[in-house]
Amino acid sequence: MRSCLVVDDSKVIRKVARHILETLQFAVDEAEDGREALSRCEAKMPDVVLLDWNMPVMGGMEFLRTLRAREFPSQPKVVFCTTENDAAHIRAAIDAGADEYVMKPFDRETLESKLQIVGVA
Amino acid sequence: MELSDASARILAALLEARTGQRLAVSRRWRIESALQPFIRDHGSVDRLVAAVASDRPAGLADAVVEALLNNETFFYRDRPAFDLLLGPALSRLERLRAGTKRLRIWCAGCSTGQEAYSIAMRFAEQKPRWQGWTVDIVATDVSRGVIERARQGRYTQFEVQRGLGVGQMLRWFDEKEGQAWQLADEVRRMVRFEVRSLLDLAPPPASFDIILCRNVLLYFCADRRRTVFARLAAAATPEAVLMLGAGETVIGQTDAFAVDPECRGLYLRAAAAAPVRLAAAS
Ligand SMILES: C[S@@+](CC[C@H](N)C(=O)[O-])C[C@H]1O[C@@H](n2cnc3c(N)ncnc32)[C@H](O)[C@@H]1O
Repeated sequence: MRSCLVVDDSKVIRKVARHILETLQFAVDEAEDGREALSRCEAKMPDVVLLDWNMPVMGGMEFLRTLRAREFPSQPKVVFCTTENDAAHIRAAIDAGADEYVMKPFDRETLESKLQIVGVA
Repeated sequence: MELSDASARILAALLEARTGQRLAVSRRWRIESALQPFIRDHGSVDRLVAAVASDRPAGLADAVVEALLNNETFFYRDRPAFDLLLGPALSRLERLRAGTKRLRIWCAGCSTGQEAYSIAMRFAEQKPRWQGWTVDIVATDVSRGVIERARQGRYTQFEVQRGLGVGQMLRWFDEKEGQAWQLADEVRRMVRFEVRSLLDLAPPPASFDIILCRNVLLYFCADRRRTVFARLAAAATPEAVLMLGAGETVIGQTDAFAVDPECRGLYLRAAAAAPVRLAAAS
């Protein structure tokens, strides 16, 4: 079973994402911010991270840069999932090492296809 | 106001007569939600139905039919099937057509264009491979409204990312005012959109190498479905590939097509499937 870490400070978004991911047969874990996400990754690296942009403590970009700079035995796929919905933000995320980008709001078809594109679904 | 059985039957009959689409009883609830603005304008469902029956104002019946159609679609819908089509199936056609360097593709029931553009983008991304080829993509739908939208190639933020990877999105779409995304003219010009019903006259015979007819025939009655499959077969070249929706099949529906033994999930003209099967087995 593939695993996904959902990183978002909104409980509602985490719940919606979890629901969709579980129907796609993912084992789902959650984190409320970038720092919590990093310690989850240290404990057990997921196959894919679904990542919000703006979060307290540590935002998505800082998490992503830190993650990509660290020498983990394996790196997860990272799919941004955010309301920062313009081309400039999307390019910045890809440049920082994101694999895909989902603009909120999204639905099951969108998320499933992004996971297929990065090769985890 | 409650939708009476009589009104539901009249609307369902109109829809089926114009498009072949049947509204199963379990989906009748859709009528009221789909027709909400019309019902509001006319005061009640029954008054709307009376106006539709006499088609006054002119065009009302068309508009009601369009509102009742299901236009759900997205880019590369059913990705594994598109991978088959644009991978091995297309390579086979490329070999078969190396002499004429001509490919013709038909999306029947194309809705707002995502399906046809999914194919067009792929060709646009493989320019050196298709250098010197003529690739025609024709996309048709019974609904004028969706064809107009398809021609514009302009999608909402929600639509543009449904099925599409971010790389392709940034490459082929420009961000516009109001969270709209505009498809590049280069791709837009590759597809010719036409308002045409599958129930109307068939297209020219033996002309298409790839036919997509996806999530359209689902709600046709068995007889009509068989007729349409026969027409698709007539419009197909002998080596053509047919792609249906994820839950659809030709098995038990028609003798005109059979499973493509090299690309399971796609279909070939029945006569073509047999020799390919022999070749694949040898
Ligand atoms: C559910 S959409 C599917 C769109 C696309 N093929 C896909 O699979 O994503 C079905 C489309 O078929 C069109 N349609 C329904 N009946 C038709 C007919 N008789 N002739 C042509 N198009 C039809 C509808 O207007 C609608 O846009």
